[in-house]
Amino acid sequence: MSARIFGSAIRRREDPRLLTGTGTFTDDISLPGMVYAAMLRSPHAHARITRIDTTRAKSAPGVVAVFTGADTAGVLKPLPCAWLIPNSNLKVAEYPVIARDVVRYVGDVVAVVVAQSAYQAYDALEYIDVVYAPLAAVVNPQKAAAAGAPQVHDSAPGNQAFHWTVSGGDVDAAFKSAEVVVKDRIVQQRLIPTAMEPRAAVAQWTAATGELTLWNTTQNPHIVRFIGSIVTGVPEDQLRVIAPEVGGGFGSKIAQYPGEFIAVFAAMKLNRPVKWTETRSENFIATTHGRDHVQEVEMAGTRDGRITGVRAQVWAGMGAYLSAAAPGIPTILHGLMLCGPYQIPAVHEDVYGMYTNTTPVEAYRGAGRPEATYLLERLIDRFAHAIGKDPVEVRRANLIPPFTSGHTVATGLSYDSGNYAGALDKALAQVGYSALRQEQAALRKQGRYMGIGVSTYVEICGLGPSQVAGAVGFQGGLWESAIVRFHPSGKVNVFIGTKPHGQGEETTFAQIVASELGVDVNDVKVIHGDTDKTPMGWGTYGSRTTAVGGAALAMAVRKIKDKATALAAHLLEASVEDMDYADGKFFVKGAPAKVKTIQDIALMANVAWNMPAGMEAGLEASSFYDPPNFVYPFGAHVAVVEVEPSTGQIQLKRYVAVDDCGPQINPMIVEGQVHGGVVQGIGQALWEEAVYDDSGQLLTGSLMDYAIPRADVLPDIEVLSTVTPSPHHPLGVKGIGEAGTIASTCTVYNAVIDALRPLGVDALPMPMKPENVWHAVQAARKGA
Amino acid sequence: MYSPAFDYYRASSVADAQRLLAAHPGAKLIAGGHSLIPLLKLRLAAPSALIDIGRIRDLKQVKADEGGVRIGALTTHADIAASSLVRSTCRVLAEAAARIGDAAVRNRGTIGGSLAHADPGADLPTVLTALDARVVVEGAAGARTIAVDAFFQGLMTTALGASDLLTAVWVPALGSGRGAAYEKFAHPASRYAVIGAAAMVEARGGSCVRARVAVGGLVPKPTRLRSVESALEGKPLTADTVAKAVAGAAGDLGGDIIGDIFASADYRRAMVATYVQRAVAAAVERAG
Amino acid sequence: MTVSVSVTVNGQRYQDEIEPRLLLVHYLRDRLGLTGTKIACDTSQCGSCTVLVDGVAAKSCTCLAVQADGTSVTTIEGLAAPGTLHPIQEAFWDKHGLQCGFCTPGMVFATHELLRQNPNPSPEDIRHGLEGNLCRCTGYQNIVRAVQTAAAAMGGR
Repeated sequence: MSARIFGSAIRRREDPRLLTGTGTFTDDISLPGMVYAAMLRSPHAHARITRIDTTRAKSAPGVVAVFTGADTAGVLKPLPCAWLIPNSNLKVAEYPVIARDVVRYVGDVVAVVVAQSAYQAYDALEYIDVVYAPLAAVVNPQKAAAAGAPQVHDSAPGNQAFHWTVSGGDVDAAFKSAEVVVKDRIVQQRLIPTAMEPRAAVAQWTAATGELTLWNTTQNPHIVRFIGSIVTGVPEDQLRVIAPEVGGGFGSKIAQYPGEFIAVFAAMKLNRPVKWTETRSENFIATTHGRDHVQEVEMAGTRDGRITGVRAQVWAGMGAYLSAAAPGIPTILHGLMLCGPYQIPAVHEDVYGMYTNTTPVEAYRGAGRPEATYLLERLIDRFAHAIGKDPVEVRRANLIPPFTSGHTVATGLSYDSGNYAGALDKALAQVGYSALRQEQAALRKQGRYMGIGVSTYVEICGLGPSQVAGAVGFQGGLWESAIVRFHPSGKVNVFIGTKPHGQGEETTFAQIVASELGVDVNDVKVIHGDTDKTPMGWGTYGSRTTAVGGAALAMAVRKIKDKATALAAHLLEASVEDMDYADGKFFVKGAPAKVKTIQDIALMANVAWNMPAGMEAGLEASSFYDPPNFVYPFGAHVAVVEVEPSTGQIQLKRYVAVDDCGPQINPMIVEGQVHGGVVQGIGQALWEEAVYDDSGQLLTGSLMDYAIPRADVLPDIEVLSTVTPSPHHPLGVKGIGEAGTIASTCTVYNAVIDALRPLGVDALPMPMKPENVWHAVQAARKGA
Repeated sequence: MYSPAFDYYRASSVADAQRLLAAHPGAKLIAGGHSLIPLLKLRLAAPSALIDIGRIRDLKQVKADEGGVRIGALTTHADIAASSLVRSTCRVLAEAAARIGDAAVRNRGTIGGSLAHADPGADLPTVLTALDARVVVEGAAGARTIAVDAFFQGLMTTALGASDLLTAVWVPALGSGRGAAYEKFAHPASRYAVIGAAAMVEARGGSCVRARVAVGGLVPKPTRLRSVESALEGKPLTADTVAKAVAGAAGDLGGDIIGDIFASADYRRAMVATYVQRAVAAAVERAG
Repeated sequence: MTVSVSVTVNGQRYQDEIEPRLLLVHYLRDRLGLTGTKIACDTSQCGSCTVLVDGVAAKSCTCLAVQADGTSVTTIEGLAAPGTLHPIQEAFWDKHGLQCGFCTPGMVFATHELLRQNPNPSPEDIRHGLEGNLCRCTGYQNIVRAVQTAAAAMGGR
């Protein structure tokens, strides 16, 4: 049984409630006496507030209260930045919950209306008179660094939030002695995460006891409580944060925002439950964005195809304020991955974190690693072209050879395990690479432009050892926790500190318990998302829930097993050393008839009529697991496209993904993560782009303009895997949530460039929308 | 999002709707609501009242009429797409209706609403322009018929007056020898037409007797490409004729081309000929 | 101004006085407490709010409650008897056609509509049939599989 349930594609335990509309998301919560908050947000990207008059709004029908920054000042503390990158001259500008004197992006909160209905709250927003004195704005991170650029914060001269560097090997020597150098300028366009569930909060205050309950769409309720207590002043023991069903996050529900704390403030002021739910339009301007890099990059190498160095300068847009984890994304999660899966002896990167008059930028699926992988994969194709070699052969020549217990790269990271060539071989075999190259040559003769894009990647996830977190300025630990509790009937509750929101851990974690202890998977209920019920944990992001939380669970389960073994030995009148375990049964070695099931043990431990001397009653264990290292999933992806140069239209014909996340607990869920991840990365390659005009207005402010992938524009993704266990994880598993996104953007990009190379096109802006492709073709033809 | 408040009246007949329109200045008509409700929710429209014509049964019929098909204003896109009468008389209209929005939108959005709203990215106005359709309007002075060409007057502007009610659209049957087709370059997010090209070609003995070519999406209102039409008429319908005829497609549009962040005016101008060519070629194929 | 509406929802008849501006989705969620229907956009793009009005799929965010007066509405809560699943729901479960589940009620009704119009759709038909519903988690692939499975289970009815 144990062998079967781990690795089995069983249906998800969370699905029946989601399929029937009986799961409760934050906006589904209604409480007696509840009132509704709506935010008045700045229409200017940068302006001084000269006057706010709320008189008319206060007397509008149904309005209970109107608050401005004058009301919250001194009551609500500024939102803290939680990733203080050391040695980077970091300037954390104050991030007020409600702007007082100056607004710094379109979407900055200026006032709040609380009314008896949401309709009335939105009606009253129109009655608030605000007089703004507009100031010059800056939106592009590289332009923000230019002399004379408008200043977003006085406290950050030159708009620089930080300057961070990573170095390994002698990069200057590598470039000086290089036989070949290729350069590129890459714009990682700004993306809008667009989790389907908009953000929402419901706050309920009990004045008599001082208890406050906050329902909040978040990937990390314990961090909301931790930071919420700092911002609102409600003591942590009195602050209960519940993340009920959460409808996707992709990084946008990591940070803390004004909305939830304004709900808390209003609930305490009004002594009534307050709900705030953002609209999609609001989500687009006021929930964090992703990416937004301008990169100047170069690669040095030899004529026979060996990479000798990578050098980069990155201007990373941070938006108007530093969101909670933002400084860590383009640095730790990006710069440290500059070697990728390759043997690159020398690297150097300067990362400039730049304030701009835009929505704050945060983690977005992949968070830093897609930007690193894309940079490398784009440069390698350029390098291969420069030396006249097949890009696959150049990759193969530079991949780190297979290793099972540690490989240190030039940035200082020690990858855990990898077999990169194995994944590449499998991907090429699946797609039929050499036959495709022949087909491509034949099609070119007919004037058709097919392209094949290949990428190999490694990523860093399962964040991470707390000591490392502290060393890199993360203002928390990155361990995880689990409590396993057996009830007398042998049914199990598991309480976890992470917060699954679509990834299926209610099922896969039950599979871990079932496979380790032989209980039925349906007898294990996983409880998460409530700080009053679950142990402290740091949340679900960075592909860490299984990689770290799963390890915590495995350790707790093993404690249960040890206690159960001792209890079984006592009940069977054997010594612990003589006990054996298989398939949920504890038995005496050589006497398989002398057996106790885990259910027998659970009953006895809970009734405790016959316990060994000194053994406590109960069958429960907790674990706080701090991983010794990160995990490093990897893989190889191949995309096949056909491009129509006359219109610029791209058709994605095939997509092959080979990913290695170690042993798979539930292959169906792994495959689903790859599907979704790959498609999000394809979205960046082909359609998605947050566009600001020069004055800081978001021009892609709705789903009418911002195109996320739809069903009818995608092929089936061909998903395969290899299995290379992590040497340090108790179950050998690595993360899979972000892998697809990390690999797919550059794979599709490389395929399109490969298609258009005969026309002289060697670079394209993303997204590769038809007009961009068409322009590049036109320009290449003119240049030819 | 949340609409501002408005009053609501349900019209029981066309006459009742006209009476309500007269009684409530600043009121707007609502049928399926798929043009108006999104505007209300974004607070881009704030009518004092809505007059719901959605239940006037007379406006829901599709029937053969005077050598064509008369489509009641309340006929949904889904009904048009599925109508065997429309399919047999002017298939292109059914095909275009089937490409509007998505299934749920097509179930409630109506032909009358689409025409009255006159969004430049809408599909039916362009197709109806190429088909020489006529719009039937009930006004204070009674019923009148407006050629579709004259109906669309500019960006979201039509010939409808304040007391007018669009009641039906009459579309001539294509009949034998005539073929029509619609080519659409859909916006990846909104699904509106970035370029919509519609063509109707009447062929006799391999030559073009009559051509109607219209584009939408890239211009404020559906626009006939008269130079393309005249370059086709009287010529043998060969690929070469079509290629030469469509080459000047953009020239008919002058400086009217709309650009946006997804597709600039320059790009759309460069693409017009391609989409028109595809539409004309498909129409020729069907005419033959 | 308020208007009187009478709507049958999941077989239960309701009579209410409402503001004309109240959207059907808000009526279902806030008045009737049927929160299974979701709101994920404000421009009629995402399909999360899709319900059946007189058996036909409609976006309840683009329909005034007063427009639904006299109709029969089915929401996700009423698609199958409590404790049971409709074959479409069962197929989404079997094929892992959902992750966070927020778009799922709308997807289920988009599927219902697709199969109503085309009981035996090809994968391409399915992808086109789902064009009005956005999902950010699944990449749609397992939703396509779920629709195929549901079509087979429903035997082309």
